[in-house]
Amino acid sequence: MTIKNQAAVVGIGRTQYYRRGESYPQSEMSMACAAIRNALHDAGLNITDLDGFAIYSNSCDPAAVASVLGVPEVRFAASLTSGGGGAAGSVGLAAAAIHAGMATCCVSLMTLQQLNRRLGGSAVGGGLAYSSTSASPYGASADPTAAFTANNGMLSPGHSFAMLAARHMHLYGTRREAFAEIAVTQRAYASKRPMSLRRAPMTKQDYFNARMISDPLCLFDYTMESDGAVAVITVAADRAKDLKQPPAYILASAHGGDGRWGPAVFSYFQAPDEYFASSGHRPVAKRLFEMAGVSPDDVDVALLYDHFTPLVVMQLEDYGFCDIGEGGPFVEAGNIRLDGKIPVNTHGGNLSDAYIIGMTHIVEAVEQIRGTAINQVAGAEIALATGGPASLPVSGTLFQL
Amino acid sequence: MSNAAAATSTPRRGVFPALQTHPGADHLTQPFWDAAKQGQLVGYQCQSCGTVLLPPKPICFKCGSETFEWVELPGTGVVYSRIIVRHPLREDLAEVCPYVTGVIELDGTQGAGARMIANIVDCEADAVAIGDRVEVVFDHINEEMAVPRFRPIADSYK
Repeated sequence: MTIKNQAAVVGIGRTQYYRRGESYPQSEMSMACAAIRNALHDAGLNITDLDGFAIYSNSCDPAAVASVLGVPEVRFAASLTSGGGGAAGSVGLAAAAIHAGMATCCVSLMTLQQLNRRLGGSAVGGGLAYSSTSASPYGASADPTAAFTANNGMLSPGHSFAMLAARHMHLYGTRREAFAEIAVTQRAYASKRPMSLRRAPMTKQDYFNARMISDPLCLFDYTMESDGAVAVITVAADRAKDLKQPPAYILASAHGGDGRWGPAVFSYFQAPDEYFASSGHRPVAKRLFEMAGVSPDDVDVALLYDHFTPLVVMQLEDYGFCDIGEGGPFVEAGNIRLDGKIPVNTHGGNLSDAYIIGMTHIVEAVEQIRGTAINQVAGAEIALATGGPASLPVSGTLFQL
Repeated sequence: MSNAAAATSTPRRGVFPALQTHPGADHLTQPFWDAAKQGQLVGYQCQSCGTVLLPPKPICFKCGSETFEWVELPGTGVVYSRIIVRHPLREDLAEVCPYVTGVIELDGTQGAGARMIANIVDCEADAVAIGDRVEVVFDHINEEMAVPRFRPIADSYK
């Protein structure tokens, strides 16, 4: 018994995207409610139909949101642990809840206003973020192992992911030209989308002229920091076919990762040698394709969580679109473009569309399946969306027409 | 527990100023910092299978044993990965950047599970490559704490 094709995403909704802090005076609550109502409307459903919250990264408090929206009864409220790694997996959580009979209509969402907090540099202010490896969030305030990681100059996710990128470049000869191809290709996608935040054309020369931040990463290897909310609605497959939109069936979904991946990329760096220079997605990809009964060759478009360009290269390898270590040449050969072997992040991704912690990738996957994407892959029938690379769990979901 | 803005002296190019002035240790981690103050790099070694853990943990992830001993390590190792931080994320880091931070695989350990993440000092930032051999050098912050950093071993010792 799996969740294969048992449920479908039937509604997508969002607010406008904003640069960091510019969504004020709206609140994360008001944007969450707007996105949820938009998603229900898109599906042809009402607030009285909603009975489940299947989220990640504790993106909202279902108790508060349900009371504001007037949800009659909450029957399911759960979040995948950790952070953005759970993005794509949250709709798998929704499918599981629905297939198990615990809810009938689930929302997955992210709402984000970075006015007083910044995801991009939590230790910058001098705190000891990224230094906690405590087993319980309730015990994280005084982690005695913090001193092993807090004084070494690693202050931000950009520093951490650069460490993986440097190792990948060392092992496989991966070049910055591959990272440039990702940044430039995704910018070209975003430039065609009125809602995207970074739309100014970018050339390869622009990329190489950008200042280095955490070498080997430069400015354009980094995602932006954004505000906004995105929500999607999942219902059972038999109900989905009678609703307003063509269903995007959840063909398969998986989350997790290797047990020694742990909080690998933030403070830990103890991942075994065979997958240190990876996205951490390899075991998730294996289970995902096993559940789906399809291969990477069957995937028409890939929406790969792209906080930093090198992690797109590593996900292409870990999901089997090319061999391990071949991601750089694969990208440089133009394979992630619309006419390439596997178009990637056709909405512009976190890098150029908006960084709503992976939810925009789910929306783009659904639009590609519906055939309504602005940068539509002709005849797309199977779309992959991922969450992470980050602390465990990372996640992947396959959608099917 | 954040004791940010540590009372370090004038900024030094390439040397990241420690965020802590006290290791905030518990019974499990205190011996590491006691040894560091004496200029010794020690590892927490499983007495059943020999696996070394840093930071120390209560259980050996390889064999499940709970019996460990602190052992002195050679204090040398290899740069497993490294970044060069060129953009100062705080104003006071402008005089510190560029600095190099590396993941170090330590001699006398099995690698993963005992790697150290450390500032690599006493070198040109661009001169540090993955695979280079390094040795520990303790930065004595105060009487409570010495932070392990690493520096390249001169070519003649490679």
